[in-house]
Amino acid sequence: MIAATDITPTYYLVLATLLFTIGAVGLLVRRNTLVMFMCIELMLNAANLTFVAYARALNDISGQVIVFFTLVVAAAEVAVGLAIIVAIFRRRQDVTADDVDLLKG
Amino acid sequence: MEAAVFFVCALVVLAGAFGVVLARNPVHSALYLLTTLVGVAVLFLQLHAALVAAIQIVVYASAIVVLFLFVITLLGVDRHETLSEPHKFQRPAAVVFGLLVAVQIIVLAGRHWTTGTRPSDRAPLDPERTGNVERLARSLFTDYIWAFEITAVLLVIAVVGGVVLARRSGQRAGAPPPAPVDAVETVEQDA
Repeated sequence: MIAATDITPTYYLVLATLLFTIGAVGLLVRRNTLVMFMCIELMLNAANLTFVAYARALNDISGQVIVFFTLVVAAAEVAVGLAIIVAIFRRRQDVTADDVDLLKG
Repeated sequence: MEAAVFFVCALVVLAGAFGVVLARNPVHSALYLLTTLVGVAVLFLQLHAALVAAIQIVVYASAIVVLFLFVITLLGVDRHETLSEPHKFQRPAAVVFGLLVAVQIIVLAGRHWTTGTRPSDRAPLDPERTGNVERLARSLFTDYIWAFEITAVLLVIAVVGGVVLARRSGQRAGAPPPAPVDAVETVEQDA
């Protein structure tokens, strides 16, 4: 029965929505900044999945090209973000988001 | 066949995503993230995006997850994870807001289609399933050449910023040393 199902782009969009929601909830729930970063990656992946699903549905290669740019932005974001986490950890010996509530050094 | 692959991959992706959020240990979270990324890569293959799937594995599953694991092991943050929640209504509110986001996406996606719902009459992306590197490269280096150049600048900025931030000698010559923020402040490392 499952094997006979026709997989339309809607299936991929629903999956991307679920993935994005899990990432958003995780970002709000978790306190460890590293895990919060991973949740951002989940949300970016949901966006990528949407782009590629639309590229297939509309026969437009632009959707796949934009995934490359998303990947570059994700890589840059992780590099800078992890550097910030390392800098905070040097100072505070902790990476919990609730403890970093002062803007002065 | 396509349906079976889709449902198996969807299960893997969602299980990995839940694992990222629910795992207590950051190392486990990173490994669950890897599961999700590989599942998404297989879905890219299903969607006739072979090159994107390969890049997903190379950049995300290798580089980014390894970077996460490096930082986790470097900092040793997997030892203590506080399980207590300081704000009482934080978690229920987060779940409610997350579900609100999902409802918003579904409602908006159901009503506002700026791309049009009809299938395009352009040529299929990858009819022979042999990879579409040529077409992708042609689009990337003609239509999106400026975006491509700007991503190069962005990467340089990110590398320089990462080096500057993670450098050990963070204190400038004239600036006074920062005052201790709380009682458990450890000794500052002078460079």
